[in-house]
Amino acid sequence: MPNCHVIKSIFKREFKAYFDSPVAYVFLVAFLVLIGFLTFGVTMYYERRQANLTPFFFWHPWVYLLLVPAATMGLWAEERRTGTIELLLTLPVTLTEALVGKFLAAWAFIGIALALTFPIVATTAWLGNPDMGAIVCGYLGSLLLSGACVAVGVFASALSRSQVIGFVIALAICLFMLIIGFDPVINAVSGWGVPSGVVNAVASCSLMQHFDAMRRGVIDFYDISYYIGVMVFMLAAAHVVTDNRKAS
Amino acid sequence: MLTVSNLKKNFGPFQAVKDVSFTVEKGEVLGFLGPNGAGKSTTMRMITGFIPPTSGTASICGHDIIAEPVAAKRCIGYLPENAPSYHTMNVTDFLMFIGRIRGFEGDALKQKVENAIDKSCLENVRHQTIETLSKGYRQRTCFAQAILHDPQVLIMDEPTDGLDPNQKFVVREMIKEMAADKAIIVSTHILEEVDAVCTRVLVIAGGQVVANGTPAELRARDSQGRLDVVFRNLTMTEGQAHA
Repeated sequence: MPNCHVIKSIFKREFKAYFDSPVAYVFLVAFLVLIGFLTFGVTMYYERRQANLTPFFFWHPWVYLLLVPAATMGLWAEERRTGTIELLLTLPVTLTEALVGKFLAAWAFIGIALALTFPIVATTAWLGNPDMGAIVCGYLGSLLLSGACVAVGVFASALSRSQVIGFVIALAICLFMLIIGFDPVINAVSGWGVPSGVVNAVASCSLMQHFDAMRRGVIDFYDISYYIGVMVFMLAAAHVVTDNRKAS
Repeated sequence: MLTVSNLKKNFGPFQAVKDVSFTVEKGEVLGFLGPNGAGKSTTMRMITGFIPPTSGTASICGHDIIAEPVAAKRCIGYLPENAPSYHTMNVTDFLMFIGRIRGFEGDALKQKVENAIDKSCLENVRHQTIETLSKGYRQRTCFAQAILHDPQVLIMDEPTDGLDPNQKFVVREMIKEMAADKAIIVSTHILEEVDAVCTRVLVIAGGQVVANGTPAELRARDSQGRLDVVFRNLTMTEGQAHA
């Protein structure tokens, strides 16, 4: 049974570590500027004259794709590079506790970035009469999506002592898991004569499809359990990798 | 207090540690001596539960490191090689983190941290981030985390490596001070250290124990009582000795 006290201590250290360096602030500013630019500049939020956040949530998968790996790449790679992994794992801590603590810290950090987008909700409520239920649902979906990306990032970070490798591998895995459910890709693959059953089965494993329903305001138990499943699977994979490679 | 039985570790085809067994009792300071690459760090990493042995095990205060790793790790204070620590934290925060992980809270936590800072002479730098500290202070910070919970077994991998003579002296004094009520293992390849702190010496070469005795017994193996000669004879293979 994991010790919550230990997880909490590791969580607090990791979370604070983001803010001990300029990384956190650079990250938060980059996240907000990027998502603001894409929403207002590319999908023309104002010009649509609709009081909903569809153009805003549309960009979330792509922004996470780029920025979540940057937030997670150091989680294990840095421990291994500096040798603190030896310190951490010889404390009375299980690897599961360490992994969960790190994962939750990174996820909470992304959660803060997401929460800081609140002005767009206020703007929409000011300009029109949006469906708040759909907005909450969209945010919940976005949070779950980011959690899945963070879990991928934790796994990728465990693979090597190089942060760059952690970043690139996390980006590659997330990109793959996104585009297998991205409509233009699905249409292209269907056009090659691949049976639609296969295309749909693969697409239903993608991070994108499950987010699509939630950003439109539909909460489905199936979608939520999908994201939790991805997180558990990725953390289990990270557990195996860390256990095997911690000393190398 | 500490029993190591038949530890072996293979890295692929390479046998880094071949069947190492020994015990350390309370009040003993065991010097773990050997040339670089002899398997000292690997053995210590197995005893502290960082890497799993290929076969064999270690028991710390009655807890098997493989069967009950968390209980065994609670009894150990460990100073890894190169004294790693989280460089962006300040000394006090770092020790508070270690204390929390070790299950202390509130006043007890504060008191343990104060105690460790005091014993390791870190008062002057307690609010500095670790990355701004000199190597000696970093070493002592990591030393402070190892003794914070007043462990029954203290394991230190080259605690004086890279320190200046004064700092070496301080570290050795600290080890001697704590020796009475703990079982301590200190790895080193510095022979003078053996006389300075150790009550018993284990010489390890090529992954095997080649000598186990008091410093005086070890000395007696050479007609002139020179430790370096004894060390060379024990740890060099035939071919190297003639070269």
